Amino acid sequence: MAVMGPETVDVAIEDDHLGGGGGTVVRRGVLRRTLSAPQAWIGLIVIALVVVWAIVGPWVARWDPTTTDVFNFGAGPSRDHWFGTNDIGQDIYAQTLVGLRKSLVIGFIAGPGATLIAGVVGAVSGYVGGFWDKVIVWFVDLMLVLPAFYILVLLSPVFKKLSWVAMVVALAVLSWMVMARVVRGQTMSIKERDFVKAARFMGVPGWTIIRRHILPNVASLLIIDATLGVGAAILTESTLSYFGFGVQAPDVSLGTLLAAGSASAVTRPWLFVFPAAILVVTVLATSLVGDALRDAVDPTSGANRD
Amino acid sequence: MIGFIAKRLVNYVILAVIATGLGYLLASATLHPISKFLGRNPPVSQDAIDAALDKMGVNPEVPVLVRLKDWAVNLVTHGSLGTSTGGRPVTEEIAARASTSLRLLIIGTLLGAIIGVIVGVMGAIRQYKAFDRTSTYASFVITATPTFVIAVILMILATNFNKLVGHQVIQFTGEYTAGLSGGFWTHFGDRAVHLLLPTIVLVLTSVATYSRYQRSAMLDVLSADYIRTARSKGRTRGSAMIRHGVRVALIPMSTFFAYSFGLMLTGASVTELVFSWHGMGEYLLSSIRNNDINAATGTVLFTAVLVLIAGTLADVVYAALDPRVRV
Repeated sequence: MAVMGPETVDVAIEDDHLGGGGGTVVRRGVLRRTLSAPQAWIGLIVIALVVVWAIVGPWVARWDPTTTDVFNFGAGPSRDHWFGTNDIGQDIYAQTLVGLRKSLVIGFIAGPGATLIAGVVGAVSGYVGGFWDKVIVWFVDLMLVLPAFYILVLLSPVFKKLSWVAMVVALAVLSWMVMARVVRGQTMSIKERDFVKAARFMGVPGWTIIRRHILPNVASLLIIDATLGVGAAILTESTLSYFGFGVQAPDVSLGTLLAAGSASAVTRPWLFVFPAAILVVTVLATSLVGDALRDAVDPTSGANRD
Repeated sequence: MIGFIAKRLVNYVILAVIATGLGYLLASATLHPISKFLGRNPPVSQDAIDAALDKMGVNPEVPVLVRLKDWAVNLVTHGSLGTSTGGRPVTEEIAARASTSLRLLIIGTLLGAIIGVIVGVMGAIRQYKAFDRTSTYASFVITATPTFVIAVILMILATNFNKLVGHQVIQFTGEYTAGLSGGFWTHFGDRAVHLLLPTIVLVLTSVATYSRYQRSAMLDVLSADYIRTARSKGRTRGSAMIRHGVRVALIPMSTFFAYSFGLMLTGASVTELVFSWHGMGEYLLSSIRNNDINAATGTVLFTAVLVLIAGTLADVVYAALDPRVRV
């Protein structure tokens, strides 16, 4: 998750003023700077390839994920079975694709979902201030006392009854806290700026100010967090599923595949290596993009520092 | 400084108490201890079920807030966390497992923090040199890999290494070899060998995150004027870096340490589970599988106390490094 110093987006805000015409100028600058980093390109291309593969892959698969090939029990990678087969002759390539689809969907919903909560809670808390701010900050501290993973494990009997969608919601609900504190800090400094004061004195309602003036100014932070959140959600999901607390039986994710494959990781490595490699490559790609975005937004954070 | 720490400690204690209470309510809502008795043939009589549930204090007929109150009173007056579904006191079971978990957690956290800080500082000082590039890419790959995958990969490597040597040099299943005979040093050596791979897993993952933040904090400091001042008043480069650079860069790290301790706990539980250690991670998982409310709450309390200790330690480090809070 993205923990950053309070100076992070000040520069973007300054740009906003110089540009005079709203947020688009800043964002174009950030986009250009992001794309000038090769790691951003590598990350974006890899994510695009993985997503396209997850969508198109099953069409070119030779096997159905649940079909048993009676001539190939636990066979290694071959021309027939690109990623080999498991003990009961199911094609690992087809299964990996099904798992990848599920993991991607979970990541792309839970990551940005957490960012959405963080943005709203952080902006409201920082903007309203006073009693509600204290309550929210205290609640965030409380949520940080217990590791999210433990709470997810405690909640897992509920997921089993409902479906994997409940887990996605829980993932989002349990991973916004750190970012909300960062957004709150930013909001408190933006609130004191002249354009927000001007809007307030003109009688613009608080919610509109948050939506039109505060959130666009922390947008770059939120975009970074959403990008990094995708990878984080996929990792948490796979860990939960690995221990049997995440995605349940008829559904398959990369985590459940790894759980099935890890027992025989030494004797039949293809059961473990292929799903693991795809998981790592996907998460790595999202974190490369997130890091390039952060460098572009915050000139003091890395690549373009002297 | 004492006042600052005391204030923070009180805050942490309140948070830990409320978190434990919420943990109890959550466990009571999601776990159903009655399921152990239902659907049996011959059926268990309602009286027997009630007696068993009442003994554990988890009878769903009693309102949950009353149960929570009884549980809390029992904890304060008797220091008891109730009995588990296995019939043993939860405090006894946790005491038996705590040392296993703490051994891995303490060694892993300390080594991880120390090595992480060193790697981060070296990366910042030699920015864009070979060491910095290598450590940056390595930490990217490690943070993108789930902890259990790292553990399994290390197990595969260790198995191949053992095959190569033709002898079980690295042992990694469980916490010690069962039925080993010998003196103190034989047992000590055996436990140390078993500790090797889990510690490496935990240290790798924590070094990967800590070194990134330390590098970033250190880079912020290196461009500050007071480093140049220290150099110009005649301090050597090394001395200026350590006395004025690293010390200041550690201040934000102490806060980050407190925040990331939850992740550390998660990593330690996952590591324990993969290496089949009978620690607190396994206890939490088995409590969910056994629908054991008391055991699950006991784990929550144990965790909250650890977070409390880690947070207070981070505050002590913070106060020791930053003279401003000591006023």
